[in-house]
Amino acid sequence: MKLFRMLGRSIRDAFKSVIRNFSLSLASISCITITLIIVAVAIIASFNVQNFTKEIEKDLTIVVFLNNKANEEDIEKVEKKLKAIDNIESYDFQSKQEVKEQMQKESEIFNTVLDEWDDNESPLKDTFQVKVKNVEKIKATANKIKRMDQVSVVRYGEGMVDQLVNAFSSIQKVTYGIVIALVIVTIFLIINTIKLTISARKREISIMRLVGASNFTIKTPFIIEGMILGLLGSIIPIIFTTYGYLAFYKHFDGHLFSELIKLIKPEPFIYTTSLMIIGIGILVGMVGSASAVKKYLKI
Amino acid sequence: MDLIRIRNVDKKYKNGVTAIYDLNLAIEKGAFVFVIGGSGSGKSTLIKMLYREEKPTKGQIIVGGLDVAKLRNKKVYKLRRKLGIVFQDYRLLPKLTVYENVAFAMEVIGAKKNEIRRKVLKALEDVGLKNKVHNYPDQLSGGEQQRVAIARAIVNNPKLLLCDEPTGNLDPEKSMEIMRVLEEINKSRGTTIIMATHDKDIVNKMKKQVVTLKDGHLVDFKRKGTYKNEVV
Repeated sequence: MKLFRMLGRSIRDAFKSVIRNFSLSLASISCITITLIIVAVAIIASFNVQNFTKEIEKDLTIVVFLNNKANEEDIEKVEKKLKAIDNIESYDFQSKQEVKEQMQKESEIFNTVLDEWDDNESPLKDTFQVKVKNVEKIKATANKIKRMDQVSVVRYGEGMVDQLVNAFSSIQKVTYGIVIALVIVTIFLIINTIKLTISARKREISIMRLVGASNFTIKTPFIIEGMILGLLGSIIPIIFTTYGYLAFYKHFDGHLFSELIKLIKPEPFIYTTSLMIIGIGILVGMVGSASAVKKYLKI
Repeated sequence: MDLIRIRNVDKKYKNGVTAIYDLNLAIEKGAFVFVIGGSGSGKSTLIKMLYREEKPTKGQIIVGGLDVAKLRNKKVYKLRRKLGIVFQDYRLLPKLTVYENVAFAMEVIGAKKNEIRRKVLKALEDVGLKNKVHNYPDQLSGGEQQRVAIARAIVNNPKLLLCDEPTGNLDPEKSMEIMRVLEEINKSRGTTIIMATHDKDIVNKMKKQVVTLKDGHLVDFKRKGTYKNEVV
């Protein structure tokens, strides 16, 4: 009961303080707003990068061509060895015949040309289509397969894939770095703005201490005030992300530059992003005010 | 029984100044004690150590069963709830009314609303300010502001009331008014009062216990004492 009463008073005092020190509150709120917008952009970028890295990784396959003269037994041996490799998630086998049928279906020209060969002189090869678990190790895995008996050629779109994977993973690291750095900077900015509101109330805090308020009682209204500021500061960034991303998605028709790079569908992505922004805003306001008030609790 | 026991207390400030040398003192419940001495005699330091704004460098201070020197910063509120403090500069919150200023001391310790109302009005009645509950501090005279501060200090019914030069900013007439209020609190509520002052007239008129400090040493502790000029 007593706890609820104290909490009620803390919330009342926090709102009072936000309104009474309106200009300072506005300063904190706009500072949170600006940084949260940048954080939001970084979050959207980072999630999209993550998303299309995954999409591309999903499509990546190693194609293993066997020698023309490989027989059933050889094929089985290769399959066994493929099973033994850790990084391989799954594989599909296509016999010469299947490859031929698939190609014939795809075009008229292939159809007639391929018909002229019988199985023995066909230039087509038995193939394995291999999916890997970790794309960053695709090169090593491909090399391993290449060294097997009866394997003639291994293809995985070498240069392009390597570069893409590297580029994406570094873009991702950079965006994570930016998000973390921004959150830290925001916390410092908020610590400073809240310090201003608190130092204006130094006297009040020292009187609270003198009349026997516990540190918890003194801190709580300030922490709630920080949370309110964080919450108010996240309103504009949320509107910005929601409508901004919707417009962005519509304008580019769901993919960037090429069909390959797909954007994340706005729903439910914008909602989770909004929640994250509110969360970061509240947390940052809380941490900022908690550490700002600490200094005054030693009288 | 003693409410306060001070044993072998030294206080040396960080800047090297020693304010109190080897102080031993016991003050019983219900007493009214003046602490006198010139500036730099250590009387403010003594009061500050009693509510733990300052910690003793050496020795032991027990207030109402609490070992003040060992009290951690987080637990200081336990001591402060046992005592009320009155300062020379009143320390009221300018944006709150008289009533709110006094109620503030009860709100921060989580008292119920109707209990707050009852006790605040009683405390304001005791200091003779019942007709000014809705005024703001800047609408009151110095003496009235000090009485609000006293009401705030006694509203939680503390065992001990510490006063650090409470009449320092007031003229003799207003000072005597404050003293009458304090004496009444001491009598009717049984609150132990310790008051640091350098006001000769007050000490001589009140005829209470007197602790005399000089340059950090205890030179005299008398019942019904007076202010000796040679000390200052």
